[in-house]
Amino acid sequence: MSQQKPFIDIRHAKKSFGTLEVLKDISLQVERGQIVAIIGPSGSGKSTLLRAINDLDPLTGGEIWLEDKQINKSLPHRQYEKHINEVRQEIGMVFQHFNLFPHLRVRENVTLAPKMLKGLSDAEANALAEEQLTKVGMIERIDYYPSQLSGGQKQRVAIARALAMKPKVMLFDEATSALDPELVEEVNLVMKRLAEEHMTMIIVTHEMGFAESVCDRVLFMDQGVVVEEGPPEVIFRNPKNERTQNFLRKHLAGHKA
Amino acid sequence: MGLDFSVIPKYLDIVLLGALWTIAITVCAAVVSFFGGILLAVIALFAPALVRWPFRVFSFLFLGTPLLLQLFLIYFGLVQIGVDVPAFVAGVVGLGLHFVVYNSDLFQTSILAVDKGQIEAARTLGLSRWQALRKVVVPQAVRDVIPPIGNNMIALLKDSALVSVIGVSELTLSAQRAIGSTYRPFEFYVLVAAIYYIINLVMEAVLRRVERRIQASK
Repeated sequence: MSQQKPFIDIRHAKKSFGTLEVLKDISLQVERGQIVAIIGPSGSGKSTLLRAINDLDPLTGGEIWLEDKQINKSLPHRQYEKHINEVRQEIGMVFQHFNLFPHLRVRENVTLAPKMLKGLSDAEANALAEEQLTKVGMIERIDYYPSQLSGGQKQRVAIARALAMKPKVMLFDEATSALDPELVEEVNLVMKRLAEEHMTMIIVTHEMGFAESVCDRVLFMDQGVVVEEGPPEVIFRNPKNERTQNFLRKHLAGHKA
Repeated sequence: MGLDFSVIPKYLDIVLLGALWTIAITVCAAVVSFFGGILLAVIALFAPALVRWPFRVFSFLFLGTPLLLQLFLIYFGLVQIGVDVPAFVAGVVGLGLHFVVYNSDLFQTSILAVDKGQIEAARTLGLSRWQALRKVVVPQAVRDVIPPIGNNMIALLKDSALVSVIGVSELTLSAQRAIGSTYRPFEFYVLVAAIYYIINLVMEAVLRRVERRIQASK
């Protein structure tokens, strides 16, 4: 059998802002349906790595591949824009601060991109919005404006908005960090449902318990490098590296305080 | 010579027709200045320098010279180079372009004030820069800037009196004509002031409704 290419293949990713190196030669392979958590202290580069995958923060070196397509390939400006807009349709992203479109109702938040980019009719787009909003338990709020929703509800709509483009992979950038503690669970539940459907996911998170229960693999990043990676039970119960141990100890202490 | 308002009814039709012209010119110039303002703001912020600079010069000229002079130039001046525009069109163009520049400044500020996360969210869905601007950023920017734009539109209504000098029979000029045949300036100027004031009240009421609707979506 020939060797299968990884679903997502990050090769020697480097990123610097001036003289500051944020990512120092990171490589990461993710298989289809795999769920990877990236943990680490702030400033470790974990969000930058995630944002590099859909080119929000372009790399300064290295390659990122999604299946047989190189995401950050070098092209003349116009062609690159066209290429990246196509690639981004296949990559869903969920932000810490939701970034729902406040001037649009929940329904239009979900239908905007499918209508513009996939040429869906109003009826098709509505059916799609209803399907996705049902999935995240937000169908009753379909005609609300984002300002009328709680943080947890906003984030669930943001997930539905991303899913409506039928992405191959979902990126979560600290999706629950901005939420009040009692609202975290409803978002985690939606993410768990996605995991059960074998959506490929890369999750930057501070929720160690969630990462442990949902993810197949955990990466611990610090100062722009992957310090340690492995299955959650190893990383959380039995980390080998001292920096990982220190981070987890501090993090757990912080949570108990 | 005392005041005699009894001359008014005889000339009321002329004055009201003038009011209609004032409304027409204000609405047309408002539409020009609104959409032109958005366009100019987007150009000023995002177009390549080569496109941007001519528009900057244009803005500077329109801001730095009197509106009255601009109207004279468009109506009386352009004829000499073969561009003969009707007075109404000259008025709409002059007023409209003058307020395009004011509105553009407001739109630019509000476009820049839209949260960066909004563009990021739109771009991650696959929208192009232009699509994100059109569907996500500009609508929010417009929404945020409606109250000051509304104030500009009220200023535009008042400045529309200036087009009387190029012969558009709007409210002020029709009052002058009525005065010309009755020699009753006080009566007609008071009448016309009252009509401007009423149009103003209506505009403010419309504006408040728009603001309330926008507020509901914030």
